[in-house]
Amino acid sequence: MANITLKEIAHSYTGESENPDDFALKRLDLTWRDGGAYALLGPSGCGKTTLLNIISGLLIPTRGQILFNDQDVTRLSTEQRNIAQIFQFPVIYDTMTVFENLAFPLKNRGRSKKEIEPRVIALAQMLGLENSLHTKAQHLTADLKQKISLGRGLIRQSVNAILFDEPLTVIDPQMKWELRSQLKHLHKKFGFTMIYVTHDQTEALTFADEVVVMYEGKIVQVGTPEELFEKPAHTFVGYFIGSPGMNIVPCELQGRTALVKGQSIDLGTSYASPTSKNVKLGVRPEHLSLNPPGEEGLPVRIVKVDDIGRHKIVKVALDDAIFNVIMPEVAAMTGDMGSLVMSSDHVNIYVDENRVTGGTL
Amino acid sequence: MIQKQVNQKAWFMVLPVFLIVAFSAVIPLMTVVNYSVQDTFGNNVFSWYGLGWFEEIIHSPRFHDAFLRQLLFSGIILAIEIPLGICIALAMPKKGWGVPVCLVTMALPLLIPWNVVGTIWQIFGRVDIGLLGHTLAQMGINYNYVQDPLAAWLTVIVMDVWHWTSLVVLLCYAGLCSIPDAYYQAAKIDGATRLAVFRYIQLPKMQRVLLIAVLLRFMDSFMIYTEPFVITGGGPGNSTTFLSIDLVKMAIGQFDLGPAAAMSLIYFLVILLLSWVFYTVMSNVGEESKGGH
Repeated sequence: MANITLKEIAHSYTGESENPDDFALKRLDLTWRDGGAYALLGPSGCGKTTLLNIISGLLIPTRGQILFNDQDVTRLSTEQRNIAQIFQFPVIYDTMTVFENLAFPLKNRGRSKKEIEPRVIALAQMLGLENSLHTKAQHLTADLKQKISLGRGLIRQSVNAILFDEPLTVIDPQMKWELRSQLKHLHKKFGFTMIYVTHDQTEALTFADEVVVMYEGKIVQVGTPEELFEKPAHTFVGYFIGSPGMNIVPCELQGRTALVKGQSIDLGTSYASPTSKNVKLGVRPEHLSLNPPGEEGLPVRIVKVDDIGRHKIVKVALDDAIFNVIMPEVAAMTGDMGSLVMSSDHVNIYVDENRVTGGTL
Repeated sequence: MIQKQVNQKAWFMVLPVFLIVAFSAVIPLMTVVNYSVQDTFGNNVFSWYGLGWFEEIIHSPRFHDAFLRQLLFSGIILAIEIPLGICIALAMPKKGWGVPVCLVTMALPLLIPWNVVGTIWQIFGRVDIGLLGHTLAQMGINYNYVQDPLAAWLTVIVMDVWHWTSLVVLLCYAGLCSIPDAYYQAAKIDGATRLAVFRYIQLPKMQRVLLIAVLLRFMDSFMIYTEPFVITGGGPGNSTTFLSIDLVKMAIGQFDLGPAAAMSLIYFLVILLLSWVFYTVMSNVGEESKGGH
């Protein structure tokens, strides 16, 4: 059990290089607290798996250091780091039975039969594998195989961390829900550090206490699900989290006011005038509402109304700036005009894609 | 139920293949069957002999000896080539410039015509002018494959290993390359030793290609003719007279068509039987649990 610290980690698959574009990971500094449940969220190809493999020791980073508590483990093997990792697709040992598969990590570490057996049986019950313990793993279905993979990751109790690399990809939705709750339960019970890689925001937000969002080889935000939702630190986070994502439109800043397509929006606090021309205003669809035309608000035209069951998504246009608005009920029709209202508490301002707060810069 | 249209024209489509197979396999085989049940005293006069030749062959010590030699030979080369092939395949690089170099080097012996392979080793092993034979003689080792049965066997076996291990290597290498990286990574996480990785990942994943390798090498070695014929001609004495060499001696050397036909049919059935046994046994390894659920 240990805090895991990444110090100035960078990795390039082609070796050391001057060109920043060669790096799949670009300079990361991060600490994973012992016993935390983390999700590593980001689109495919953003470096999540690379980062995971660096933590587990399957990859040695081109630059930087990894510390477990204060011990430098950068060059230590996976074995010495005592880490469990579960992969995206099931990896099972074909010739072994389910029991032998689950017992394998313990057996390799020289544990006695007496110790192995009750633990394997308990884990198999938890994963719903108890009826197939003595079948050859080879003949099982994909989701049972993945449960075995999960089981092999969970069987050791003294690991420093358990890393999950999109482990539920091959599992059907019903089972996904169940397994995720079991993982959470296990986390509470044993207090392993868990790092869960996914590109599915629901999965990340329900699993983790803290979510690390990655984008193009960088960490763009670390925060609780609420923070990611309310105050996305980067336009990418705003866009990636939420369904639909945050509305992000170019604007001009004038003290307390933002100008969007010539319309002024009160921001509540004043912002210093930015040095860059790249200024954007971001607001969540959940924090917008639509009034009948003529009432207070920005004059917008309704482009489209989508009924997705629980609520409606109204797409409105202010000149050529598009906003999505989530509303429980809406009477207006496509082509109608309306007034768009946003509350200043929920408006975020981005300079060069990064969030700035009022009064600073 | 939908009534299926039966179109008899399809038979015409199969006819060319049927004819080719008939002329290339069925008819020649039937002439052999024909010879095997008849006796002749020359002048193209044949008389019915029933299963006499078969009985004679089955009880003939000459056939027994050749058959045992053949089994021993196939057994030895399989015992050497399969493990050796696996080892070489494991040692071959998985990426980089070494891959094409290794693959081409490995493929070279397979590209050489069999009688040339025989000739190469025939000369290579000669005590007077051969590099190998002469060097061994200079070192004081009594090696002469023309007179010494053991030396003759060693030469033929080493030659076969040189010629055919590559086939096993290439098949195993293909099997190894198809294992996803995740398996090796998972094994590292699980703390598996190198031996465990081989035993539980690589060997099971190679099972299918190994089955092919064993079958091919068994059938080929069981029918070996050209190379030992070129090197030793079946000698010294009869010590390297394998089944096919014996068969050719009988059929063409002595012109005993009846016994030779009976022998070739027995030979054919033995190969068929043993291949079936290999196939059944090997494809059942690791599948035995199927009956369990």
